[in-house]
Amino acid sequence: MSAHYTATAKALHWCIAVLIFGMLGLGFYMTGLDLSPTKLQLYSWHKWAGVTVFVLGLLRLVWRLGHPPPALPQHMGALERFAARAGHLTLYVLMFAIPLSGWLMSSAKGVQTVWFGVLPLPDLLARDKALGDLLQTVHLSLNFLLMAVLAAHVGAALKHHFIDRDDVLTRMLRRRPD
Amino acid sequence: MKRSALALLSTLAFASSAAQAVEYNHVLAEQSQIAFGYQQMGVSMEGGFKRFSSQLRFDPAAPDAARAMIEVDLASVDTGSAEGDEELARKTWFNTPDFPSARFESTRVNALGGNQYEVAGTLTIKGTTRDVVVPATFTVAGDAGVFEGSLNIQRGDFSIGEGAWKAFDIVANDVVIRFRITAVAK
Repeated sequence: MSAHYTATAKALHWCIAVLIFGMLGLGFYMTGLDLSPTKLQLYSWHKWAGVTVFVLGLLRLVWRLGHPPPALPQHMGALERFAARAGHLTLYVLMFAIPLSGWLMSSAKGVQTVWFGVLPLPDLLARDKALGDLLQTVHLSLNFLLMAVLAAHVGAALKHHFIDRDDVLTRMLRRRPD
Repeated sequence: MKRSALALLSTLAFASSAAQAVEYNHVLAEQSQIAFGYQQMGVSMEGGFKRFSSQLRFDPAAPDAARAMIEVDLASVDTGSAEGDEELARKTWFNTPDFPSARFESTRVNALGGNQYEVAGTLTIKGTTRDVVVPATFTVAGDAGVFEGSLNIQRGDFSIGEGAWKAFDIVANDVVIRFRITAVAK
């Protein structure tokens, strides 16, 4: 019996994980820069990566509907199960809400998002400075929430691995050859 | 009744012949705009200028005698972000302290037929003067005459964006200047 996630689910999880950690670092770094060509370039890359996370998130959601994740370990209590579900649900919501807030912020600030400089996303909002500033605060706040939930997510995975000694972490990793 | 209709007709005839000779020479600033567009990593960006002054003399019946001068206050640039506006005032961009305004002055107006015109002139930005030909349309809207058109320039020709900004991979070289100048006869 296989308790592992599917290879596709694993690939999506780790791609998105790398992107999200890179994006967090890039986001905090680039906003502190003085205006320069490098800054504009990094902003574009950040937006491209954000749209990519959104798209990969959609794929992941669709895949998950057809391939439910393995069940949680038997030893987990009701509270732990609730925390795990709430945490994962929050991560999924943020995986969409954060790129969406960035996209809307970009529109409100008068800069259309053009994926990889080729595919223009529609501007759902007209240029509006006050709204742009508000969405910037929303984007930042959602990212602080993300960092908190990610810390819990990583912490929980490590706790499962090293303290509970169950397969919660390993089933998201490469299968060991038997 | 008949007489008044006749009077009205002759008034109309006079008004229409007067309209033929009207010279649009007073620019309405509130109904005039100068904007610009450029590409930034594949993204179409828009900006404009809040303040500019212009002098105009244009009689559709005598385009050869037309004159136009537009002076744009570069410190009034609006890129949509305060950071961008401040950056454009710097030496590498407009160098606003040394070159506060950009200026277009016509030398010749060619009527191309219909409402199409070609305005040749000189464009001076940041100490560099270049000859340009600006395609424009002229339409009458009530008492006012409206000139609309656009001019493609390359920012590199005027040293707009020097140093780190000199490369065109992030901020493209091509800039389109769009204008709408509304004038009345005075």
